[in-house]
Amino acid sequence: MEQIIVNGVVLSATYALVALGITLIFSIMNLLNFAHGQILMIGGFMVYYVYGVFGLPYAVALPVAAVVTGLIGFGFEVLLFRRVVRVATREENSMLLAVGTALLLENLALFGFGEKQRGVPSIVGGVYRVGAAFLPAGRLLVVLIALALIVALLLFVQYTRPGRAMRALAQDREVTYLMGVDVERISALGFALGAGLAGIAGGLLVTLSGVNAGIGTALSTKAFIMIMIGGAGVVAGAILGAVVLGFAEAVGYALIPGSTTYLLIFVGLILFLVLRPQGIMGKPQR
Amino acid sequence: MANGLHATRRGVLAGAGAAALLAASRPARAESVLKIGVLGVMSGPAASWGLVNKYCAQATAAMWNEKGGVTIDGTAYRIEIVPIDDKNDPKLAVSGAERLTEQDGIRYIIGPNVDTTAASVRPVAEKNGAIYFPYAFSKALYTPPAGNAVLGMIASYQAGPIIYRFLRDSRGVKSVAFVARNESDPLNQRKEGVEAAKKLGLNVVSSDDTYEGGTTDFFPVMSKVVSGKPDLIVLSGVAPADAPLLVKSARELGFKGQLSTETAQDAKVLREGAGNAADGFISVGGASTPEIASDYMNRFRDRYARVAGEWNDEAGTKVYALEIILATLQKAGRGAIGDVAAFKRTIDTFSMRNPFLREDKPLAYVGTAYFGQKRQIGVPMVVNEFHDGAFRTLFIGSVE
Repeated sequence: MEQIIVNGVVLSATYALVALGITLIFSIMNLLNFAHGQILMIGGFMVYYVYGVFGLPYAVALPVAAVVTGLIGFGFEVLLFRRVVRVATREENSMLLAVGTALLLENLALFGFGEKQRGVPSIVGGVYRVGAAFLPAGRLLVVLIALALIVALLLFVQYTRPGRAMRALAQDREVTYLMGVDVERISALGFALGAGLAGIAGGLLVTLSGVNAGIGTALSTKAFIMIMIGGAGVVAGAILGAVVLGFAEAVGYALIPGSTTYLLIFVGLILFLVLRPQGIMGKPQR
Repeated sequence: MANGLHATRRGVLAGAGAAALLAASRPARAESVLKIGVLGVMSGPAASWGLVNKYCAQATAAMWNEKGGVTIDGTAYRIEIVPIDDKNDPKLAVSGAERLTEQDGIRYIIGPNVDTTAASVRPVAEKNGAIYFPYAFSKALYTPPAGNAVLGMIASYQAGPIIYRFLRDSRGVKSVAFVARNESDPLNQRKEGVEAAKKLGLNVVSSDDTYEGGTTDFFPVMSKVVSGKPDLIVLSGVAPADAPLLVKSARELGFKGQLSTETAQDAKVLREGAGNAADGFISVGGASTPEIASDYMNRFRDRYARVAGEWNDEAGTKVYALEIILATLQKAGRGAIGDVAAFKRTIDTFSMRNPFLREDKPLAYVGTAYFGQKRQIGVPMVVNEFHDGAFRTLFIGSVE
């Protein structure tokens, strides 16, 4: 039982970081970023090269991953999504663009980084015992870093001027514009921040699970599940969705025959969405 | 202007002379072209399977082309590789096979990589008279009435029993647990592995633990597997990307027993992903370990690294396909290039020296014991153990 709880906490913390980035972008742009998993993958590769190959400290590699992926997100918003969101009359256009950017990043990564799985040495060694459960020090550190970043993000969104502008944008784009907020600048900042969070998540995950050019789609799918559970565009909902999915996996793998765990998760998700399509914390659409 | 023109003329003359000298010093250039298709998954999470096939074929073709191509009945053919990514999608595998066989007129295809795509290609290959070399283990592909598929490597149901017997007899393994990715190929391999383990008298502690594709944290699934306290954990059909993570998770959960798989792995991937936790991990390899590789294999390694950017130990099991296709065509004669019936007739009697092994061993088509006909490349069953960042060959077996 202790091991299930430990596994659930580790999964929830890392998943929360993945979900926060995608929900941030969704709330500001009303855009489901299909390339989120691929941006996360790029972050993983940045840490692989900076920390694993060039031997620089992990404390340098993680910010590099955040900055590089943040710039990718910024570039996507300014060069691609801004115009499409403004000009397109249907939401599908921006969704298709997002799918396109996902395929672009995946193929560029395959070309540039190769087909192999990459991994880095653990940041710290050793394994703790929590009751009967095993908790490797590297996993504990990743959880602590993820929790610190989640708290930092919540504080940023809650108390800083750009953070408040992002929340306003998420609530009503037109009113925010009329209030004198530079909507385009805040959108670009939000996209960069969401992408940067994905990059950090990738940089943390690479120490636990490595990275390869093809991991993006599966991670994006998990991110979508989390924000559907919690409520798309709601920061607290993303965290809640991550906790639900993390513990569902941990409990499922321990107590339910293996191949039915995700089957049950998807069946549960479908039933849940039928009853509450806006997610746990989302507001129903009028 | 005049000076410039004069210089240009001189340059052209000098260039022509140099080209003539260079041409005279090289082997005769092949004018005819022999196209070989490579059909497999080359993008997404399983990209390495198909890409390794592609890089192997391209490296082999480059080595042959540097020597002037492959000579069949006195005619030199330059080898051209035509790769198609099927994305592990049966529909794309069918359209890819149709393009290769109908549009490009190709009769020899390396791939696909999994049971579903290989099965989907079968009608196209049989209708258009092509032979394909899948890396999928379904026996139906190779057993009559099927006749156009040739298994390109050792199947899990061939390697598994031999590895388990070795571990039972020499390492004292008495109980085993299986874990597999929740996809058809690994699940089939697990089923075969469980049956083999039971036949050997091993106690199967657990065999229903699976994980989804794209799993990033293997602690939950391995927690359950390790809790059964088996002597051996078999990672059925495990992809190279997942193997180090599963191994590392098992070790971090305190597992001290043996870990093995019947699929090929890459030492660098294991070293980076699991480090010393992968010490003792047993997998099936090719001819790439230094103690058994021939000079030709070492040259292939270098060429592969130039094509792909770096060496991949998975290629050790996939190096054989194009080499044996070319050698069989040489023996079957020119007619076999466009008519696979001649190729099929040659399969039964074909044998050559294995060019990738230092030791003098034959390379032939095998599989009669499993498929009732020779529809498998006789790749040596090289069983490796990972130690201190590299593979060490434990023993070499063979399939009849």
